[in-house]
Amino acid sequence: MALLEVRDLRTSFKTDDGIVRAVDGVSFTVDRNQTLGIVGESGCGKSVTSLTIMGLNNPRNATSSGQAVFDGEDLLAATPARLRELRGMKIAMIFQDPMTSLNPVKSIGWQLVEAVLLHNDISKKEARDRALNALVEVGIPRAEKRIDDYPHQFSGGMRQRVMIAMALINEPDLLIADEPTTALDVTTQAQILELMRELQEEHGTAIIMITHDLGVVAEIADDVVVMYAGRVIEEAPVHQIYTAPRHPYTWGLLGSLPRMDLETDRLVQVPGQPPSLLNPPAGCRFNPRCSYTMNRCRAEMPELRPSPQSSDHNDACFLDDATKTRECERLLAGTRAGAA
Amino acid sequence: MSDDLLVVEHLQKYFPITQGIIFQRQVAAVQAVDDVSFTVRRGETLGVVGESGCGKSTMARCIARLLDPTGGKIIFDGLDITKLSRTEMRPVRREMMMVFQDPYASLNARKRVGFIVGEPLEVHGIGTDAERKRRVQELLEIVGLNPEHYNRFPHEFSGGQRQRIGVARALAANPKLIICDEPVSALDVSVQAQILNLLKDLQREFGLTYLFIAHDLNVVRHISDRVLVMYLGKVAEVGKGRVLYDEPKHPYTGALLSAVPIPNPELGRRRKAIMLEGDVPNPINPPSGCRFHPRCPRHVPGTCDVNEPALRSYADGHEAACHFPLERWPMTVEEIRRPADAVVAP
Repeated sequence: MALLEVRDLRTSFKTDDGIVRAVDGVSFTVDRNQTLGIVGESGCGKSVTSLTIMGLNNPRNATSSGQAVFDGEDLLAATPARLRELRGMKIAMIFQDPMTSLNPVKSIGWQLVEAVLLHNDISKKEARDRALNALVEVGIPRAEKRIDDYPHQFSGGMRQRVMIAMALINEPDLLIADEPTTALDVTTQAQILELMRELQEEHGTAIIMITHDLGVVAEIADDVVVMYAGRVIEEAPVHQIYTAPRHPYTWGLLGSLPRMDLETDRLVQVPGQPPSLLNPPAGCRFNPRCSYTMNRCRAEMPELRPSPQSSDHNDACFLDDATKTRECERLLAGTRAGAA
Repeated sequence: MSDDLLVVEHLQKYFPITQGIIFQRQVAAVQAVDDVSFTVRRGETLGVVGESGCGKSTMARCIARLLDPTGGKIIFDGLDITKLSRTEMRPVRREMMMVFQDPYASLNARKRVGFIVGEPLEVHGIGTDAERKRRVQELLEIVGLNPEHYNRFPHEFSGGQRQRIGVARALAANPKLIICDEPVSALDVSVQAQILNLLKDLQREFGLTYLFIAHDLNVVRHISDRVLVMYLGKVAEVGKGRVLYDEPKHPYTGALLSAVPIPNPELGRRRKAIMLEGDVPNPINPPSGCRFHPRCPRHVPGTCDVNEPALRSYADGHEAACHFPLERWPMTVEEIRRPADAVVAP
């Protein structure tokens, strides 16, 4: 059984301008020892999906439906007290900006010990030992000295390591990482990704990696979910997303990526910008920007359907299989020609 | 007319750190840019890459004279502009425009788009009111916006459209050089591709020269003819895009290239990133010798931490500042650790 199974998740926010359907029918599963990459542009609902799973939306204006079954327990139906128990113990989260997620007036040792003591009935001394071990494990040099330092005394990459230490200190089953490397330089990013890979190997943690960067997903994910305007438009094992993408939006994303390994003169351009979720377009939400739009796309919303070649590759597009294969070949031929 | 539009010689920018309340004395300096020299040829794009804090933005601001350089020379279109006063600088600014990173912060929220784009024309006294309005509408069309949006405010536009407004403003006075400081870093990939294509089209159409600063090596490779790699205020390596990316000489360039995620799971996972230890050191007290030596997998004690490497020339205008340049590329981490022409203790 999958560790986390999300079924038909929907979240909407009440705003002054109307109801924003940020997440509109999202389903996916994550297994132990697996990394699921969720990719999409800003405003596609990838962060809201994770916040809904964690029960972190503001209850005043957010309403959610659907199911998120974690280890046999529906998180959406869980009481706030139960969620508090799970968060930090069984499910942990890392955010993009480590400075805003660490308390600036407490030492990192204090914050790590707090995370341990909240969930475990052990002495302060033992908790501190665990905190120290966690810091050593994420590669903080001179951890026994630095444990009493404050967040501002660490660099960006080191702060993100502290966040990872804090997330993993209680050995959670699931780690949700929301753009964990976006604020970091490439060399630091490589360090953090390597660290996450190592820790997963050691502890078998399931990871949900939320990012806009298709390069990062290629490096770390086993399965990929591509989101657009609050819906999943394609899901597949990682190599299939890159070698046999089937949705026009995925083609656009891959084609619009400048790549140093290829010589391209012009990038593929997806015209326009992501739609407002206050008033999304009728039918397929990608239809106003899609160059393959048919009448049917404007009237009906396409559902995820498996591809004839592979049952674990799903896409939500009405195009016939022959066209998809042909167009995808054309896109990849362009990248191959460039590489030659 | 010389081939070089911009020549930068030994550019230096130190920010003083002072102590004391009444009698301020300088106790140290942040050596943000230290002895940087390069040229930008007419009609080309020079890309500048480096990690945060390496001095690339400070350098751009010095060239645009938004900051006063501590030392060195900036020669723009044959004219030494290093010491020009504000009034003397004014006609030069017409020829040299800037596009900034944050399309939200760089447009005045209280002014209409027509005013924002037309302001450079007004400042430099170009044309009559009617001519300016026509020119602004033409510019909006060139950058792919609806000319009828002349009277709208910036908040009515999305991030990508705002960046187009920024580009239109930079184009207004027909400049020769446009300095782009991370112009696409804040944008989503699909919008980023639109802006990159636009910049390329404009360059072809108007013969523009770009100094393009970014931290994303993929973006820089795509847009640049030549690329300059900076590390801690110094030039580490400079060369033609293809040469520098295919045969990097400086270990720092190699480390950067190996760390960039490639959107190709097979290729990306086969190679092994060259991990650099730690973070970029403090520019107040930069390391002795080669500034990269404390993090360099190749560093040879006794040489790298003592002597500062000068830029050495290789084929095709390729230059790198390293005592033990990479012999080939790609290299494994083990190979990198053993420079061929150095005696290393086992």
